[in-house]
Amino acid sequence: MKKRLELSFDAAMLAALALAPFYLSSYHLSLLGRFLALAILSLGISLIWGWGGILSLGQGVFWGLGAYVLAMHLKLTGLAPGDIPDFMMWSGLDHLPGWWRLFQSPLPALVGAIAIPAAVAAGLAWLVFDRRVRGVYFALITQALALAFSTLLISEQAYTGGFNGLTDFTTIFGRVIIDPGFQRGIYWITLATLALCFLGCRWILNASFGKVLLAIRDGESRVRFLGYNPAAYKTVAFALAGALAGLSGALYILHVGVISPAMVGVVPSIEMVIAVAVGGRASLPGVILGTLLVNFGKDWISSAMPEVWQLAMGLLFILVVTVLPQGLAGIPGAAARLFRPRRKRQEPEAPRREMRKGAAMAAQEKD
Amino acid sequence: MGHAAIIAGQAFNGVSVASILLLTALGLALSFGVMNVINMAHGEMLMVGGYLAYVASRIAHGPMAFLLALLLSFLGATLLGALLELTVIQRLYGRPLDTLLATWGVSLILQQGARSLFGAIGVEVVAPRWLNGSFAVHSGAFAGLSLPYVRIFIVALTAVVLVSLMLFIARTRWGLYLRAVHQDREMAQALGVNTRWVDLAVFAVGTGVAGLAGAALALIAPVTPTVGQNYVVYAFLVVIVGGMGSLLGTALAALSIGLITAGAQMFTSVSLADVLLLVLVIVFIQFRPQGIVFKRSRVMKEA
Amino acid sequence: MRSLLNRYVKLAVLCLCGLGVCGASSAQNGTVKVGVLHSLSGTMAISEVTVKNATLLAIDQVNASGGVLGKKIVPVIEDGASDPAIFSQKAQKLIQQDRVVTVFGGWTSASRKAMLPVFERFHSLLWYPVQFEGNECSSNIMYSGAQPNQQILPALDWAFEKGKKRIFLLGSDYVFPRTANLILKKHIVQGGGTVVGEEYVPLGGTDFSSIITKIEIAKPDAVFSTLNGDSNVSFFKQLAAAGITQARMPVMSFSIAEQEAKSMGPSLVNGSFAAWNYFQSLNNPDNKKFIAAYKSKYGKDAVLDDPMVHGYVDVLIWAAAVKKAGSFDPNAVRKAATELGWTDSPMGQVKFADNQSLYQTAYVGQLQPDGQFKVLWQSKGALRPEPYDALAFPGKRCVVK
Repeated sequence: MKKRLELSFDAAMLAALALAPFYLSSYHLSLLGRFLALAILSLGISLIWGWGGILSLGQGVFWGLGAYVLAMHLKLTGLAPGDIPDFMMWSGLDHLPGWWRLFQSPLPALVGAIAIPAAVAAGLAWLVFDRRVRGVYFALITQALALAFSTLLISEQAYTGGFNGLTDFTTIFGRVIIDPGFQRGIYWITLATLALCFLGCRWILNASFGKVLLAIRDGESRVRFLGYNPAAYKTVAFALAGALAGLSGALYILHVGVISPAMVGVVPSIEMVIAVAVGGRASLPGVILGTLLVNFGKDWISSAMPEVWQLAMGLLFILVVTVLPQGLAGIPGAAARLFRPRRKRQEPEAPRREMRKGAAMAAQEKD
Repeated sequence: MGHAAIIAGQAFNGVSVASILLLTALGLALSFGVMNVINMAHGEMLMVGGYLAYVASRIAHGPMAFLLALLLSFLGATLLGALLELTVIQRLYGRPLDTLLATWGVSLILQQGARSLFGAIGVEVVAPRWLNGSFAVHSGAFAGLSLPYVRIFIVALTAVVLVSLMLFIARTRWGLYLRAVHQDREMAQALGVNTRWVDLAVFAVGTGVAGLAGAALALIAPVTPTVGQNYVVYAFLVVIVGGMGSLLGTALAALSIGLITAGAQMFTSVSLADVLLLVLVIVFIQFRPQGIVFKRSRVMKEA
Repeated sequence: MRSLLNRYVKLAVLCLCGLGVCGASSAQNGTVKVGVLHSLSGTMAISEVTVKNATLLAIDQVNASGGVLGKKIVPVIEDGASDPAIFSQKAQKLIQQDRVVTVFGGWTSASRKAMLPVFERFHSLLWYPVQFEGNECSSNIMYSGAQPNQQILPALDWAFEKGKKRIFLLGSDYVFPRTANLILKKHIVQGGGTVVGEEYVPLGGTDFSSIITKIEIAKPDAVFSTLNGDSNVSFFKQLAAAGITQARMPVMSFSIAEQEAKSMGPSLVNGSFAAWNYFQSLNNPDNKKFIAAYKSKYGKDAVLDDPMVHGYVDVLIWAAAVKKAGSFDPNAVRKAATELGWTDSPMGQVKFADNQSLYQTAYVGQLQPDGQFKVLWQSKGALRPEPYDALAFPGKRCVVK
């Protein structure tokens, strides 16, 4: 009965989103499309943070890698034979660098947009987790990585387009971007990808992998004593999140048509995490909701009152983290507790928060 | 300019960059070591210190005005830090990652506040006359070497702050409490140390020192609402490399990062030097995940 | 399960209501909407807010004189938040949602590049007010800011005239400095000079100690600086602290105008040089009127500079072009704008060339203690804009459809 109810809501939800092109204005549809693409990234953050307890402040790097790889492909397909992209010309290059050619055809570009971020994520994660560096240290290292990545992109202008990034694509896989039918097509592809990723994540988390991940979050040493290798599990989770981020970035530029270092640096990386925190870090539907809500909110507030945007964002951070650590997904539970105060609540997916201060500090790795 | 002068000059540049980094990182290292809290709004304390120095320099004049500005920025940032601890941080003890996000929210608010109060355009503090000019060598192996007084002053200020903090921790009763809480919070509590007060004091003094860093920085760079962001990421790296809660480790880390950056910048571009620095940090933690100086404490104990 | 159910309800409700709110139709009788899209937050807000102010002043003036084609202009102001993706998003919003007839805005090349596909896709028109690196030629953009041959190359001519042949190139790390320096290097070498150094600092960078050491080693006759924003303050402060004076080694800046000089404190940059197409100190009747009007709207202490005057002139030329075309249609307006002929403006006589960039005069000025520039040199008449430098990018030409 419950199962059937859940399924029917899934279907209703999906149908509402799938029919969006018929009732939304073209502008709002394009916003919804790009935010759904971002939601794929959020699923990955939920996987590593909500379930694995790994806070990454550098997801913009993996997202950006995916976006850049696809953008390179799009840049190449728009060229006449023998031509080089305009920014290479005005940066003093006279021929196409070899590694750009890798992404000349669509398949390597698509695979690369997912595999390259996943590989980089796996490499970094293994280096760091194997040395049992974690928690705040890991968060700070990933933040520095985001800074270094955007600095590198900017300084290697001849190869990356520099501060301007890559933009001005004319065709995607043979279709002209200006074509209005194209926008709907891309929207539906994004939605279908998100749905698949959602199901995939749910499947992984319900399997034993998810249980071990959760156990690592709540007591890494204990899991190690039980004979598991937490570093391996965390590395796999982080690589998965990297793959999701790359996929998200690749889809995002199909909607936006531009990728630049300003979109992958320290601040955007944190905003990605905040959207997840608002939705509820350990709830997959929650993070999708959070991503849509925060981004639409940003679009709306920054139009209506630009000066207020930063204040609103700051307050939102503080409130969500202090008052509502389980995000919007925690509201129904909290409400239910309010009405039935006696009953012990069952929230398997949310981290246990209420601890004595001293004990909590001694057990810092629980966070 | 001979080679000796160039090398000496770059070494001095490295030390002077390290000084500001160290002033910023000291507070972070203290609060991280004692309370396991990372304050992302720490960079904004630097900004607040800078703006307070600016305000002070507009009100007071005369040769001692800048010392007043330093005092004001220290006290102002200390008070703001205490306020932050009482309103936000206190609720989040034991949740370091959440603290990180909440304090990022605080930093957004402070930046916007500064923008509303002082405008988006940077303000600047004019260095007092006795800091104008530079110490120049005209002959010998170091001919051509010139060390600006402003930078010498910043290095000296940092040394004074570092030594006072070390003495404070090693010699005073409060320092004893601090060490006790750092080593074993519950035991200290059981023995009657008011850990609430220690936490508050450590956090507030840490932000106060960052305020000083802001005032010092204002002598060589403009104060803008986002000035803290440029420094805080590197300050975090200093804390990671230095090891939790060790002032000596933090000082050594800041010094190495400053010198490596200054050295790398001579051979490559500033941007690539930054990237190189991060790669080195990741390599470094492969060999010493606990940082240069590692002090055992219950905070670090594994569950 | 109950909580799960709630979650889905919320998600569905969000998608149905949150997004269903469509913008009300914009074109009311008697008014016409134009977009003003600048960064009002983020790092670029420092520069862009003043351009927005100048643009709004021009809109006020056009409205005060009866509007255009009998319609009052209503500006729709959006924040690009110093983020290219947001610029592109907001440009799309202005065109699709607010149905503006044209947009004034942008500062960084990154923001312009991100907006360009949007304007091409929706056949709209962007008026871009800032000097830039050229190498772009879109029929959907009116480039009123200087092309390289209208700012940086005249400055080099002037330096060579003064016998300064050893040049050190210093810039913030983004596209304009790197491309400007690429062009400069070719011309320096061709003119018999030497490039003695080329350095870039990350945007917002504040530490120049190593770079100053490199400058001291290279001993240039002049530094050509394309540093952006606050980095300038740090650079000049640290230069002064190292005992390097403007008399010993002059700095020619391409991004320091009156606005920046004011915020840096004129004493710091006193005696340094700048090249622009407008200085507040220009002595012509249009400029006097412009300064008076701006000060009465935004306060006595306000200073004016090159990008602001471009933002202002763009609106006036747009209004004139609309009148000439008799329509708000972007295609008709851009054609009319290039056929307007010479117009008096605060920066002297200007007109749009057939490549949709502006003919304008180049000036070299030296900063005075009062924060104003003393004009030392000016080009012989208005220079024709050349988006592609013939020496650096041979064979490239800009032809607007």
